[in-house]
Amino acid sequence: MHKRQIKIAVLSGKGGTGKTFVSVNLSACAASAIYLDCDVEEPNGHLFLKPESVSQKPVCTLLPVFDELKCVGCRKCVDFCRFNALAFIGKAPQVFSDVCHSCGGCALICPCGAVTEKPREIGHLECGSHKNVSVITGLLNVGEASGVPVIQAVLQEGSAQTKDFVVIDCPPGIACTVMESIEHADYCVLVAEPTAFGVHNFEMVYELVQLLKKPCGVVINKASAEHTVLDDLCRKEHIPVLCKIPYSEKTALAGAMGQLVSESDKDMHRIFSELLNRIQKEVVQ
Amino acid sequence: MKIAIPVDEKKLDSSVCVSFGRAPYFLFYTTETKESYYLDNSAVASQGGAGIRAAQVIADHGTKALLTPRCGENAEEVLRKSEVLIYKSIAGTAQENISAFLSDQLGLLNDFHKGFHGHA
Repeated sequence: MHKRQIKIAVLSGKGGTGKTFVSVNLSACAASAIYLDCDVEEPNGHLFLKPESVSQKPVCTLLPVFDELKCVGCRKCVDFCRFNALAFIGKAPQVFSDVCHSCGGCALICPCGAVTEKPREIGHLECGSHKNVSVITGLLNVGEASGVPVIQAVLQEGSAQTKDFVVIDCPPGIACTVMESIEHADYCVLVAEPTAFGVHNFEMVYELVQLLKKPCGVVINKASAEHTVLDDLCRKEHIPVLCKIPYSEKTALAGAMGQLVSESDKDMHRIFSELLNRIQKEVVQ
Repeated sequence: MKIAIPVDEKKLDSSVCVSFGRAPYFLFYTTETKESYYLDNSAVASQGGAGIRAAQVIADHGTKALLTPRCGENAEEVLRKSEVLIYKSIAGTAQENISAFLSDQLGLLNDFHKGFHGHA
């Protein structure tokens, strides 16, 4: 019987809590893992994993093109578009590419085949590896309105490989990009800082994973004895605390230097190996 | 000629709405006959692209000039391509703006914003 693949999404409400720190180190500790960087506006996992043999793949969305000669001016497409991306000007509709969501509806609804679709590049993937870890990074082009199609491309590229663990490094916050990233995750690791500010944002992301009915656990990063608000909240809400990573200048400095602490520090290696085991147990339950 | 104004209420002494794309109503006024009518703005509840949709409606009614305090760049593109001139309205009622327009006191609007994306 083959081992079931476990997809772990790592998210946080507040940015800077340590999603990438946890994601890259979890991936490095696993014997077989895929690291997916879904923070496509600002991916930074590659700074730590430093993947080799990197290949690139463009990511495109489709944009409608209207044939003036075939268009009869019925405006079914303009009326259909719920994003208001189309305006009828002169002899044919015109698309506002920033507003278009590439749903393909206008092409389907046109009664005279006047709408074709052409690809438009909005970003790209970089695929490489770090030892046993496949590293897939999504990058959204500057100025593009939505990272969702690039995230979909990252997840799809990841699904083509069969490794034991898939670690999804999510964007910060709770926007549609985060929802897209965690949609098929088996388990969500919520990385939080124990400060009042961190707890406030943690509550938002906890609400999201509950809405999406995802099992979850908390990693308290930069933990210190004086900040107990998060511990109290987790105890009250019965949210499992998977591990606490103490605040340490040494760890912060290593991060600033782009080091994978699970490879350079044996205490950190133990922490992340235990975290991985704990997650596996939670998923199997 | 027909002119259009985004308004808060369906009357000539209504205040001009601060927004174009999400105004509750549009006033259409024909200068030769002094006739006017109002339309509910179907773009008001849109998630996005309100300016595009509102501009389409304005153009479809054969409007030659829009009087508004502000206008986004997407709406501006639709209006410009449909040959509708955009004038900057003054503080006051719709009627006061109509009078100001007719006595050449209004200037063209020449800065267009990028949209408010759900804020303001």
